Amino acid sequence: MNSQNEMNLSFDAKSINEGFARSAVAAFILPLDPTIVELSDIKTAVSEAVTNCIVHAYGYSEGTIYINVKIQDNSRVIIRIRDKGCGIENVKKAMEPLYTTGGEERAGLGFAVMQSFMDRVRVRSAQGKGTTVTMEKAIIRRASPDRA
Amino acid sequence: MEIKHEGRVMTVMLTGELDHHTCSKIRQKIDSCAESERPALLCLDFSGVQFMDSSGVGLVMGRYRQMSLIGGRVQVVNVPDNMERMFVMSGLPALGVMK
Repeated sequence: MNSQNEMNLSFDAKSINEGFARSAVAAFILPLDPTIVELSDIKTAVSEAVTNCIVHAYGYSEGTIYINVKIQDNSRVIIRIRDKGCGIENVKKAMEPLYTTGGEERAGLGFAVMQSFMDRVRVRSAQGKGTTVTMEKAIIRRASPDRA
Repeated sequence: MEIKHEGRVMTVMLTGELDHHTCSKIRQKIDSCAESERPALLCLDFSGVQFMDSSGVGLVMGRYRQMSLIGGRVQVVNVPDNMERMFVMSGLPALGVMK
């Protein structure tokens, strides 16, 4: 399958960059003419994954977050968010709704939200090496003469 | 964000984007205000919120615990439709905090 458009982004794992990350991904997929709900779902999923990198992977210490976005067939969005942090000991456990090691102010919904808001979520993690979250979502094609 | 007091009701008008970064600042403001005012009801108004990830749910859960400690309640009002799904996933509606 040919990738029709692709972008790469890397930035410091700082909480101030959470808004930048989701806005950058949203801006990249905007030519697909997503609905407000589709755009909001993707922004939310990106925000969850980036927050996980900052809070869990790097534990609020220095690090870099890498985002790769591919648009295939002018409708399928594939987002890969990668860190080189501590890794997840038990991915299955981490993906359980309401499970968190982030303290009382974290809802433990990060992965549940990603799974609910995106069509597909895959997590690959190696302890001491990092984690890659790959999320996919199909943007429903709507008849629009301006559509890229 | 704006905080209003009416009797023993403290209303927080949340605005803009609620994520892990913004919620930490909001939390500090609410908690310091609630500690000095000790309201019976903390009302969190989401009508001005344009974006929210699960940090917004965490903010409510944390305030629910804080208010329980001082014998108060939390009420969440005016949640935009597209954000309600996340509250449902958290189980918060079962605690009676959603209006």
